Amino acid sequence: MKNRAFHKELKTFRLGGVHPQDNKLSASAPLAQLPLPKQVTIPIIQHIGAPAKVVVQRGDTVKVGQVIAQHEGFISSNIHASCSGRIGIIEEVMDSSGFKHLAVNIRVKGDDWLETIDRTDTLVEEISLSRDEIVARVMEAGVVGMGGAGFPSHAKIKVPEGKTIDTLIINGVECEPYLTADHRLMLEKPREIIVGIRILMKALGVSRAIIGIEDNKHDAIELFDELLREGKQIEVQPLEVQYPQGGEKQLIQAVLDREVPSGGLPADVGVIVHNVGTTFAIYEAVQKNKPLVERVVTVTGKDVKQPSNFWVRIGTPVIELITAAGGLPESTGKVVSGGPMMGKAIADLEVPVAKGTSGILMIAQAETKRAEEYNCVHCGKCIEACPMGLEPYRLLLLSKAGQSEKSKRENVLDCIECGSCSFVCPSNRPILDYIRLSKTKVKKLK
Amino acid sequence: MNDVVLYTVLSLTGIGLLAAVVLYYVSKKFHVTEDERISQVEAVLPNTNCGGCGQPGCHAFAEAVVKSGDLSVLHCPVGGNPVMKQVAEVMGVKAVEKDPYIAVVRCSGSFEYRKKTNVYDGAPSCAIAAQLYSGDTGCAYGCLGMGDCVVACDFEAMYMDEKTGLPVIIEDKCTACNACVKSCPKDILELWPKGKKNQRIYVACLNEEKGSTARKECAVACSGCAKCAEACRYEAITIDHNLARIDPDKCKLCAECIDTCDVRNIVATNFSPEKLQQASEHRQKREERERKKREEEKAQATANNNPEPTV
Repeated sequence: MKNRAFHKELKTFRLGGVHPQDNKLSASAPLAQLPLPKQVTIPIIQHIGAPAKVVVQRGDTVKVGQVIAQHEGFISSNIHASCSGRIGIIEEVMDSSGFKHLAVNIRVKGDDWLETIDRTDTLVEEISLSRDEIVARVMEAGVVGMGGAGFPSHAKIKVPEGKTIDTLIINGVECEPYLTADHRLMLEKPREIIVGIRILMKALGVSRAIIGIEDNKHDAIELFDELLREGKQIEVQPLEVQYPQGGEKQLIQAVLDREVPSGGLPADVGVIVHNVGTTFAIYEAVQKNKPLVERVVTVTGKDVKQPSNFWVRIGTPVIELITAAGGLPESTGKVVSGGPMMGKAIADLEVPVAKGTSGILMIAQAETKRAEEYNCVHCGKCIEACPMGLEPYRLLLLSKAGQSEKSKRENVLDCIECGSCSFVCPSNRPILDYIRLSKTKVKKLK
Repeated sequence: MNDVVLYTVLSLTGIGLLAAVVLYYVSKKFHVTEDERISQVEAVLPNTNCGGCGQPGCHAFAEAVVKSGDLSVLHCPVGGNPVMKQVAEVMGVKAVEKDPYIAVVRCSGSFEYRKKTNVYDGAPSCAIAAQLYSGDTGCAYGCLGMGDCVVACDFEAMYMDEKTGLPVIIEDKCTACNACVKSCPKDILELWPKGKKNQRIYVACLNEEKGSTARKECAVACSGCAKCAEACRYEAITIDHNLARIDPDKCKLCAECIDTCDVRNIVATNFSPEKLQQASEHRQKREERERKKREEEKAQATANNNPEPTV
């Protein structure tokens, strides 16, 4: 116990939570560069908000980092060419859910970057830009929340009027089983992440930042503790291992013991949360002028030959990642984008990697099959597990009965869709499926 | 001992009498006089409370009828014209006849024509599957086949055909209450005029993809080739988003379009094969006549443009 961080008490959130098996198979696999694909398909909608407007035409030659779609409005995000080459067809292609969205195809030729981008590995510590310039730079670089939600990051850096932010929380929890993308990034780019945190602190005007890391990532906790020994403004908070601690509201509760009000935002309790991946992207955007054209993706699964963590260019077909990790195992029943708890099965392996793709998980047929559903035995396990204090079994019944008004009164919209209820249900009831349906209906009520 | 019994009986009788007086007074004081026509109208309604009329039940419908008295808007699709006639009699107004409707299934993508591309094993509900992804076949427009419509149907007028994976509507039982239409997340079901002699013609496809893509997704998808639209004499067929649609108001049920479709996906219900054959021959003859006429006109035009040199 030589480190300061380990003297700290492990914290966690108060309400609910579950303990799925960790399965961090790729935790020791260093970040590797995925070979450039022959072509990339870059979706125009990879973020929450207004879709970007395509500004290139078929046949144009683009360099890496060139804007191919311009943001429309403040809650929107730029999309950049992730590979150099010639623009191919611009048409609607299937996303991972099988729905059609506009995407730009690039036939890759060479690896020709824009000259303005600093591609060296040197650490740039001095932050020369002003607050507004930082927001503008992050906006230009098309950085979005890389934990999966895809909310444009510049909108989260700008402090909303009438709100005061006192603490910045950096989300290094990665509570999803299997995923190690954030873990590896923290181990290999800690100094960059710390500069990223300083940039965020400057932009938000806060003097306190806390990195929340779960206790199953000892090495990362140790490393950050070592690096942050002198400063007092940034500290590491080790957290108990518990799912869904990576949820924004759960993390705030765990670290600061503050509760975000129902329907509110973290800014309501004076907190802004950013993911470590996003923090690194912000560092690169501000200090290196590098837009978000690549990200770390974990490729894993119990039968995968080499569970790996790759630097992947946005738009790379998923099949390329799987091939690089030793091919699709024969036992595979489902390929999931994201983690096993909140991830989504993909219907086609040609689907491109997007800004929010944190992992590609191959689950064996035997494990994917949903068990037979039985009647609710009112054991209350789902209520115990729900980190938002809801009554999932009741929401399921209300959803089945189509009682949207009542569901709304039961605060169904507070559900963060973590799936803990379905995970613990001894009757294997598809609780979350029905709650999602209910949420859609309740949103339509307004 | 006897006293106890006596007092008990007396006090309970007293309470009973007092309560009776209070109840009587309250019922007189707060008596609500309901228009008796409401109960009369309600009596002739089917009382299925299906909501097909747009009101939240038969009593509400009766109230609305008595309140507005306008039978051109308020119509009970379940009871149809006979019931509305009775309602009109109660109300003492003239009945408004409306064409009966029926639900139709606008997807022909059975297992045979529409291959599965992935496996869905979530909760067995179309609504849930539809918000999760596009479906377990290539076609993002087609029937998901989990039978939300069958569950929604109060009249047992639908069942899922296990061979095709599509819902089937039992013509005699369907009351056009609209419940299935509302329950379908892909808008496959639609209310369609029941038609003379129960005959209806509609395109059983909703795929808006370009022809080649659509056919890859489903062997009987409408490619938007417009052959049917060309054949229609009444301009009842329009092509929009690579998809043919028949306007039931314009369609005269001539059935001449049926065999123009490459994949036979224009559904004609309750037509005899002979009638369809006749319609087909009729169209071919007509097209032949038109072709000849065009050729003659063309020949005429060429003749006019190059008059033979006069000697």
